[in-house]
Amino acid sequence: MKVKMLSRNPDHYVRETKLDLQRVPRNYDPTLHPFEVPREYIRALNATKLERVFAKPFLASLDGHRDGVNCLAKNPKSLATVLSGACDGEVKIWNLTKRKCIRTIQAHEGFVRGICTRFCGTSFFTVGDDKTVKQWKMDGPSCGEEEEPLHTILGKTVYTGIDHHWREAVFATCGQQVDIWDEQRTSPICSMTWGFDSISSVKFNPIETFLLGSCASDRNIVLYDMRQATPLKKVILDMRTNTICWNPMEAFIFTAANEDYNLYTFDMRALDTPVMVHMDHVSAVLDVDYSPTGREFVSASFDKSIRIFPVDKSRSREVYHTKRMQHVICVKWTADSKYIMCGSDEMNIRLWKANASEKLGVLTSRERAATDYNQKLKEKFQHHPHIKRISRHRHLPKSIYSQIQEQRIMKEARRRKELNRIKHSKPGSVQMVSEKKKHVVAVVK
Amino acid sequence: METVPEPGSNVPPKKDRLQTKKKKPRRYWEQETTGTAAGASPGPPRKRKRNRELRPQKPKKNDTSKKFRISKKPRELKSPRPQRSLSGAQDPFAGPAPVSVEVVQKYCRIDKSKELPHPKTKTRSRLVVAEAQEEETSVRAARSELLLTEEPGFLEGEDGEDTAKIRQADIVEAVDIASAAKHFDLNLRQFGPYRLNYSRNGRHLAFGGRRGHVAALDWVTKKLMCEINVMEAVRDIRFLHSEALLAVAQNRWLHIYDNQGIELHCVRRCDRVTRLEFLPFHFLLATASETGFLTYLDVSVGKIVAALNARAGRLSVMTQNPYNAVIHLGHSNGTVSLWSPAMKEPLVKILCHRGGVRAVAVDSTGMHMATSGLDHQLKVFDLRGTFQPLSARTLPQGAGHLAFSQRGLLAAGMGDVVNIWAGQGKASPPSLEQPYLTHRLSGHVHGLQFCPYEDVLGVGHSGGITSMLVPGAAEPNFDGLESNPYRSRKQRQEWEVKALLEKVPAELICLDPRALAEVDVISLEQAKKERAERLGYDPDARAPFQPKPKQKGRSSTASLVKRKRKVMDQEHRDKIRQSLEQQLQKQEKAKPTGARPSALDRFVH
Repeated sequence: MKVKMLSRNPDHYVRETKLDLQRVPRNYDPTLHPFEVPREYIRALNATKLERVFAKPFLASLDGHRDGVNCLAKNPKSLATVLSGACDGEVKIWNLTKRKCIRTIQAHEGFVRGICTRFCGTSFFTVGDDKTVKQWKMDGPSCGEEEEPLHTILGKTVYTGIDHHWREAVFATCGQQVDIWDEQRTSPICSMTWGFDSISSVKFNPIETFLLGSCASDRNIVLYDMRQATPLKKVILDMRTNTICWNPMEAFIFTAANEDYNLYTFDMRALDTPVMVHMDHVSAVLDVDYSPTGREFVSASFDKSIRIFPVDKSRSREVYHTKRMQHVICVKWTADSKYIMCGSDEMNIRLWKANASEKLGVLTSRERAATDYNQKLKEKFQHHPHIKRISRHRHLPKSIYSQIQEQRIMKEARRRKELNRIKHSKPGSVQMVSEKKKHVVAVVK
Repeated sequence: METVPEPGSNVPPKKDRLQTKKKKPRRYWEQETTGTAAGASPGPPRKRKRNRELRPQKPKKNDTSKKFRISKKPRELKSPRPQRSLSGAQDPFAGPAPVSVEVVQKYCRIDKSKELPHPKTKTRSRLVVAEAQEEETSVRAARSELLLTEEPGFLEGEDGEDTAKIRQADIVEAVDIASAAKHFDLNLRQFGPYRLNYSRNGRHLAFGGRRGHVAALDWVTKKLMCEINVMEAVRDIRFLHSEALLAVAQNRWLHIYDNQGIELHCVRRCDRVTRLEFLPFHFLLATASETGFLTYLDVSVGKIVAALNARAGRLSVMTQNPYNAVIHLGHSNGTVSLWSPAMKEPLVKILCHRGGVRAVAVDSTGMHMATSGLDHQLKVFDLRGTFQPLSARTLPQGAGHLAFSQRGLLAAGMGDVVNIWAGQGKASPPSLEQPYLTHRLSGHVHGLQFCPYEDVLGVGHSGGITSMLVPGAAEPNFDGLESNPYRSRKQRQEWEVKALLEKVPAELICLDPRALAEVDVISLEQAKKERAERLGYDPDARAPFQPKPKQKGRSSTASLVKRKRKVMDQEHRDKIRQSLEQQLQKQEKAKPTGARPSALDRFVH
């Protein structure tokens, strides 16, 4: 007879002293872990609830401006530094870690229309209503020195926007035409126009650095190549586009913030249909900025809220609002992709977390493992109705909520009318037009 | 005897074994002696070696990156041949550790037989990635079996010796002292036949005698936790989620005691309870009563979740399926019905015996159910697919009590004898021909349970309690986060909080616990239909074929129409072919399969 009994030595399973960690032997045999799926589901449900409990995105409000904040700029070399220009011509430089204003400049008379930093982070440019372009040093004046711009360019017309090239000493301004300037000269290298209209914003492509995009008030978005003397092509939409922003990871993708409450993500190579129409705002979208990962962008709207959209989704994943925040004019996603800043009418700059329930500060490895695990579970069970309902739920101010209801009814009515028209006309003569194709009027090359 | 071969058997390849036989052991970093010096060096010929050294580095990298691939042909994942480093040292165990395909299969959760959606969809690419990850995790989990420390027990007779003839005293004599101490008899003749229950981690034992004697003890150290007499008949006894709470089905009502023997609750909604089952992941106490009701009590909030009328008279046979938490009830008309609290009707009814059902047991994988009836039959049923008997045998007396062990041993109590049958490995049904062990007790068996994580079978009988040694019954390696026999008080408290946080709601109990992770096709289709109705057109419908314009005069109206017609005809033919196939299938289904053709069949058509 040969016999062996299961006989465990307790010393192998119990810690030796009280100072040791407890021993936890693992066995991943599925029969020892029954109800794997239901338990994971419950964990995912709990994680989703906790996510909503811990969703406290508002971090700080930077106050000090004496008029509405009109434009924001990041410093490419310093995460903590932010520049803002106000409607009274004042430019402030902020330190985000201290949450304090470190410098104030009376830059222009009238609005500061645009602000941008040089790629090296040592100086910045502002344009204003006083028809000037000014270059300023990032560091403040030393003791006894006066606050003066490095250069001032006097133009003929009002400039409404400015953007700097990502690698070279070249910048572009827009107004009645798009001008491209060398930093060393006082007259533009070239100026490009396509029709006569005021151009509201111009943006350099961060990857294909010779490319520019601009949007004008005659409802079109025009693309330029800096190496050519004439514009490349333009797309005409239903309504005016306020700003565009290039995707920092995909060279040919850009998103346009439109007056018709929508955002349109375009592929530069095929402008006749947008890649995605992002709908959720209930008023004109004023500004848009991409996250440095290129997967999401944030938009600021006249409806007193900012929303975060994934690039490939038509609905927003997040909406931020506070009681005191008025029409949001400008928004920026910080370069570490963790925070969002927005400047609004009521003179404040607000700092938000990009991920509402994220824990700030250093995480221990166990905390990190737990959050990663929960994230994966939420992803796995995201389509279950109960979990979906909880994770989608957002409290909205009454004005936005009622507007959404109203617009839903309007949209429904329009759709019904269209259906009726199809029903009562000769089959095939009236076609259903998809949402993507509906808003593009024409593409001109 | 089923001793599972150690997974991922880390026996070195044959060639290496030869090497170790002929030469004295050598450190892997030592310079390999040249062929002439070593004489009969079994290494590969020098020419080939040089070739290998000449090979560029790149393909090797590819080799390691694909280490998780499992090819079906070889039974083991082959590790790449030993590679030489710059210093000339050779790693004899190069590459990842070998894993056998069967072990990987055990950890695999994805059903690969299912067809993936259309190749261009996003879902498909996501599924392909998920599948690759799944494969990798299952290989890793299988590889981690190397780290398991304990081996299962076994009992083998010498050639020709029948293990059933081996007496408990022989086993006790042969095994070590610690194991021998696990065999004991409690002589409690006074308070008559006993029911018993082990706690989930196998550390504690509670028993209750018909004449009111209730006790709980740490049976490993033999430390008594409490001993009381409830002065009432005790029908059944059960630990709740931890050893601190004890449910006792007494003559009238259900009572809950703590580990000091203090009565915490008297649940009057559960009266005349005959059998108790505790579902640990749902925190549900299922009670079967004389009045024919199956009642689910949520012990975490103290609410009755469901009270189901089985409509089959007195219920006295009940067990749970540990795989899906479905309750099996045995009835006097020979049926076994499967219940979940979400349904008022049984999920399944199985006709098992010609007489009443006396005992039911379900194994830990939820694949097999053993039943015994008044017709003296013992049957093993397949629970996963067909609910058909896999094997059956007639016992001289018939079994009154049945129990499965963690590794699939089946124990049956017949009068004052306990028989134990074993199968081949964990997931296979026990073979009923030859018993593995038998034991005669001093009284009639009244309760049976295998102790989790210990090779012990607890038997409650009219003479007291007997703890039998059954080598190879229990899972040798426990999971410390799931149920740890050696856990401290702090660990138990921590576990209790975690377990309560992830309490599975009672509505999720169903036959297939993995159903929650599947795509709900029915409601998906319903939603699609509703959407099409709401929109007035189907957004996912395929647009009708529009011929592309071609150049050089081949785009005439006639040719366009021709091309259009061609595609239409093809589609039409496909439709007809499909409908014909469906008709054929229907006809085949309608035919009675297996039944003998009857002379009256000719009148059917």
